[in-house]
Amino acid sequence: MNLSSRLDLNDVSSFPTRRVEEWKYTDVRRYLREAPRGGEPFAVGHATGPFGDLGVHEQVFANGHWLLQQASDPVASDGNQLHIYGRKGLRVRPDVPFVERLRFVGSGGGGWQSSAGITVGPNDHCVLLESYEGTGSYVGNVALNIAVLEGGRLDRIVLAESGSEALVFSRADVKLSRGATLNQTILTTGSKLQRLETRVIHPGENVEVRLDGVYALSGAAHADLTSIVDHIGPSGQTSQLIKGVVHDTARGVFQGKIIVQRGADGTDARMGHHALIASERGEVDAKPELIIYADDVQCAHGNTVGTLDESALFYMQQRGIPADEARALLTQAFLIEVVDRIEDEAAREVVREWLEARL
Amino acid sequence: MLSISNLHVSVADKPILKGLTLEVPAGEVHAVMGPNGAGKSTLGYSLSGRPGYEVTAGSASWNGQDLLDLDPAERAAAGVFLSFQYPTEIPGVPAMTFIRTALNAQKRARGEEEVSAPAFLKLVRAAATALKMDFDMLKRPLNVGFSGGEKKRMEILQMALLEPSLLILDETDSGLDIDALRIVSEGVNALRSSERSMLVITHYQRLLDYIKPDRVHVLAGGRIVASGGPELAHELEAEGYDKFLPAAA
Repeated sequence: MNLSSRLDLNDVSSFPTRRVEEWKYTDVRRYLREAPRGGEPFAVGHATGPFGDLGVHEQVFANGHWLLQQASDPVASDGNQLHIYGRKGLRVRPDVPFVERLRFVGSGGGGWQSSAGITVGPNDHCVLLESYEGTGSYVGNVALNIAVLEGGRLDRIVLAESGSEALVFSRADVKLSRGATLNQTILTTGSKLQRLETRVIHPGENVEVRLDGVYALSGAAHADLTSIVDHIGPSGQTSQLIKGVVHDTARGVFQGKIIVQRGADGTDARMGHHALIASERGEVDAKPELIIYADDVQCAHGNTVGTLDESALFYMQQRGIPADEARALLTQAFLIEVVDRIEDEAAREVVREWLEARL
Repeated sequence: MLSISNLHVSVADKPILKGLTLEVPAGEVHAVMGPNGAGKSTLGYSLSGRPGYEVTAGSASWNGQDLLDLDPAERAAAGVFLSFQYPTEIPGVPAMTFIRTALNAQKRARGEEEVSAPAFLKLVRAAATALKMDFDMLKRPLNVGFSGGEKKRMEILQMALLEPSLLILDETDSGLDIDALRIVSEGVNALRSSERSMLVITHYQRLLDYIKPDRVHVLAGGRIVASGGPELAHELEAEGYDKFLPAAA
């Protein structure tokens, strides 16, 4: 984990320019030239986020401030920092996962940053329902430090709808121990500028990682799904499926990097990114990277950017489905493959409805 | 009544239909036969409003309603159904979902009450049984991985459920073996009624042994060059299209 390269809203020198390769498509300095003023905390209703009351616990950050009244057992807090611990001392994986909602809500025009840690204990199974919500021209910066200990499993499901005027940056650094599983699905409608980044240290050794995502963008929205998976040990698995659709002048960015270090033999990594451009001025920038230093690995990537099939559209209209409805149905069918990969049934249904309502 | 008058249609600025005139009274089945490249498929696409098929002159109406003024979905709601020569695959949309969405969209457009999910399930089960279709096929994405025969059966199933008043069958026999042809034809024949008109577009006479037309028209060079009774189809089968080609030139 390289903390020094993290974006810090209080330090203008940490704002990347487009000359920084990793930030080429997401131009922070275009919108942010000075450190934004601090945002004030505000009240947020319990269970009012996109996941509703799914799960047991809810942690809320309002303009970066952790709302103390939401405190519950497995939490330690230190000002704007929060650490969520799953269950401890488990010898076998329990049947029922530990489900936690984690909400980052922004409002107004201030700037804020917050950080949260999540530790999934040995053999535990956590479902993290994370959401980015809000309205206004705020600037939000979230840092997550996630550890999944031996034999643990984390299903991280993210719904991001942070408002069309906001600048939102989130970066999750994930450390996995032997036998751990990370299943991640991010869905976003973008923001004025939004980047949701995931960095995974992958030890190999029966560790499975799935890093999926969907961007459904319209207006002038910008969403950037960036991920780096660093395979440092042998026999690890990574699977990634990102799908997106851009309307109007929206812009979708996918940067997926999988590194297979020397000695990480037997790695099996598959990456797919497929996007639809539904307008003349929509844009998709994709940068899939596989960097392989090991022998005997299976790595594959597929990347397509296209438009909706005109003959399918006509066929549907010929049967009486109006053009807009036909487009939405085809788009939904295209994107839903990602949602279908979510194992947790209750979360999957919430996500499905969330997505369908936004097409 | 389907009424087409002096229809001119261009595709990519190339004239394909050049003054086609044709009338199909309600309840009648008319066959349109013609050599490859005569404009048979263009006729079906023009009547159903496919983008890229530009009507440059003429008119087409169904039961007095100007079809050319409507978008494809509106034409469908007005009763027009084109059975495709090569039905399109719709990945990710289960056949049942697709048909129910289409049926309810048409009903909405006509100001009728939509069909509930349980009621639709009943309808679709009955229709699938009549066509000897495996019900599980309806849970799969529409036409994806279906054989030619299965795709055509799916077209007939949609016809039976959407109950269009004007059926345009574009080379429905292509890609069908003799058993599939019989099943598909029986499905079409079951839909014959005094209010429903059919335009059967075909290259071969074979299909017309199963779906007996009231009239047969020969389309060559972008217009109807001859019309007659069912015997005209047999004549064409025996003698070919050659004698009509100079007339069209």
